[in-house]
Amino acid sequence: MDEIIFRNKNVPDSQNIEVYSGRGGYSALKKALSQAPDDIITMVERSGLRGRGGAGFPAGAKWRLLTKYRVKTVYLICNADEGEPGTFKDRYVMEFDPHLLLEGMTIAAYATSSHHGFIYIRGEYDWIAKLLVKAIEDAYAKGFIGSNIMGTDYSFYIDVFRGAGSYVCGEETGLIESLEGKAGRPRLKPPFPAAYGLYGEPTVIHNVSTLSYIPFIVQNGAAAYKAIGERMSGGTALFSISGHVNKPGLYEYPMGTSLRDLIYEAAGGIRGGRGLKAVIPGGLSSPVLRSNEIDVKMDYQLLNAAGTMFGSGGIIVLDEDTSIPGIALKAARFFAHESCGQCTPCREGTNMIRHLMERIMTGEGTPQNIEQMLRLCRHIRGSTICAFGVAATLPVEVMIRKFRSEFDAMLPGRPV
Amino acid sequence: MKTISLEIDGQHVQAAEGSSILIAARLNGIYIPTLCYHPRTRQAGKCRMCVVEVKGLPGLQVSCSIQAQDGMAVLTKTEKIIETRKMIVELYLSNGSHNCMSCEAAGKCELQDAAYHLGIEKSVFPVLKKDMPFDVSCPMIIRDMNKCIQCYRCITGCNNIVVNEVLDMGFRGSKMTVVCDTNKPMGKSSCVVCGECVQLCPTGALTEKKTIGRARAWETVRTRTTCPYCGVGCQMYLHVKDNEIIRVTGVEGTEPNYGTLCIKGRFGYDFVHSPERLKTPMLRKNGVLEEASWDEALDYTAARLTDIKQKHGPDSIVGIGCARSTNESNYVMMKFMRAAIGTNNVDHCART
Repeated sequence: MDEIIFRNKNVPDSQNIEVYSGRGGYSALKKALSQAPDDIITMVERSGLRGRGGAGFPAGAKWRLLTKYRVKTVYLICNADEGEPGTFKDRYVMEFDPHLLLEGMTIAAYATSSHHGFIYIRGEYDWIAKLLVKAIEDAYAKGFIGSNIMGTDYSFYIDVFRGAGSYVCGEETGLIESLEGKAGRPRLKPPFPAAYGLYGEPTVIHNVSTLSYIPFIVQNGAAAYKAIGERMSGGTALFSISGHVNKPGLYEYPMGTSLRDLIYEAAGGIRGGRGLKAVIPGGLSSPVLRSNEIDVKMDYQLLNAAGTMFGSGGIIVLDEDTSIPGIALKAARFFAHESCGQCTPCREGTNMIRHLMERIMTGEGTPQNIEQMLRLCRHIRGSTICAFGVAATLPVEVMIRKFRSEFDAMLPGRPV
Repeated sequence: MKTISLEIDGQHVQAAEGSSILIAARLNGIYIPTLCYHPRTRQAGKCRMCVVEVKGLPGLQVSCSIQAQDGMAVLTKTEKIIETRKMIVELYLSNGSHNCMSCEAAGKCELQDAAYHLGIEKSVFPVLKKDMPFDVSCPMIIRDMNKCIQCYRCITGCNNIVVNEVLDMGFRGSKMTVVCDTNKPMGKSSCVVCGECVQLCPTGALTEKKTIGRARAWETVRTRTTCPYCGVGCQMYLHVKDNEIIRVTGVEGTEPNYGTLCIKGRFGYDFVHSPERLKTPMLRKNGVLEEASWDEALDYTAARLTDIKQKHGPDSIVGIGCARSTNESNYVMMKFMRAAIGTNNVDHCART
């Protein structure tokens, strides 16, 4: 089993800095500091590491963008606002292996010439925020972060910032606004954070698990990372498997593992021996797959080809007794509640989808209501400020398209 | 400035380098509907009405925020664009309470215009009526948040143009609404009632109390004038019906105020029609004020000033200039006191 993030799993007291460095921790940082920043960027580019927050943007390319801003202040932000329903991977890293994240952050900061980093952690993870602060203090004391790291002239400081519990603050510009002390409402793009980010300075933002892969890549080389996993997406991925499975939990598997294997082998199959109805493969905002579509390899391109996306790796398994309109209602309610309200299609549209879905679920719906929802989904998508518009509409639209008969059955006067 | 050429709906147009697609289109007579854009609050990207398709860019682009580039090909009226705009207007009509019957903004409402141009009689979506109470706490402004379309124009105006920093967007999602300070009634907030927000509001969400029920927008005649209150010389329009001022607005796009007015200029016009207003000079004769002609009054004043100057010397006289006068008038006042009276006793009411 190839375990990168899980290398300290089940090690007692793994969040302790002594335990972490005793198991080879912070040696990747030492190695990185002896190399030129550009070499580290090249290495990460070659590894093919892609952002694990959901969009899958190549990490090395993101760093390369920053190189032209080296003369300016560059900020590094770790996005720990893990809010995608069905996702609980970053939480594991921060709770049980915080130094892995800190080491990855410091290497990423060194490569991009950043001297100040922020961990934006969701407000609900208050105990984890405390663990992180403790870890940062320990790392400062050991000289792994702070001024003149390991005797070099490179300095890097990390602050922990607790969010106030908003899904849209996971969107990078919404996060930056929130970090600046404003309401978490995403910015118009362009300019992108690489050019105009935190306090108007060039900023690189990464998800917790993206950063946690960096020490492995630096220690073992790009080829070693790429050798794990299949096709263009190398390495491993963390899969948060939840729903109607026998063993819900967090699993690390190579990229390209089939969805069927994850559900039936890793997670022990469907609970109670029931049949499978559908799977949401990458967090609530990814389009649902039918039970006959799960022979797909978990890989960015292949999932896109299957009409869904890798997303955050949050796999939600739904058994045959699940009501898909019920799931659609939950999704619609969630997205209507989390819309920041800035732009009209999203603010009014998600609320209308919620309302229409509630009508259908209470038996007051009409066939027109379903068509209206499809119309909303089609036109909200692509007309909003941020990707929330896509996240809020694509799953509902695909649920209606793939399970239309279940929605029709909710209409009054139809045989159930 | 460099000029660029681009193609909008198949029409070759010229635009100044750096201008947005929206401006390039408007200056060439191509209509793109907007709700949140205003020349002074500039692009906000909130309403998404101005979406267009740009060749080579994915999906829809907001024309207010995307710079026009040389050689760009833009489409403004494809089916996808029209459908998106219709959806937006229909959602507004469903989620607010946009009843035009006795709305003060009817005839000058940008949402009404958008619905008219898109041919929308009523929304196909179910109506989710908001029922937010009117905020009538401010002496001059009524806020009806049921008609608010969250365009951010009042907020940008309050924070970035007049810099009073009273208004902000509060709450989230469909509950999002404009708040004064920490969600106080406008009359109890730090608002100084300049009325900038009312002038920028595209709908009937913000209206002037004194105007209610007195004239529809199309019944008034606009007369441009200079504000009589101070030496700045703000340019303003009097909206007049039957010889009565119904409303005052700042003139957009011109010096010195570019549309902004203060509480006095915007709301302090009642004196024009006041029966107590002085219409002729008055002279006190035998202890009673009586109407006099200008010649009589000026002769009397000149004689008295000469008399006092001869008896008590020029320093027994003081001149106070008026803040409502122009710089030129105040200069003449100073010159008169120094050259004609012969004293340095000259000051200004704003300083005393």
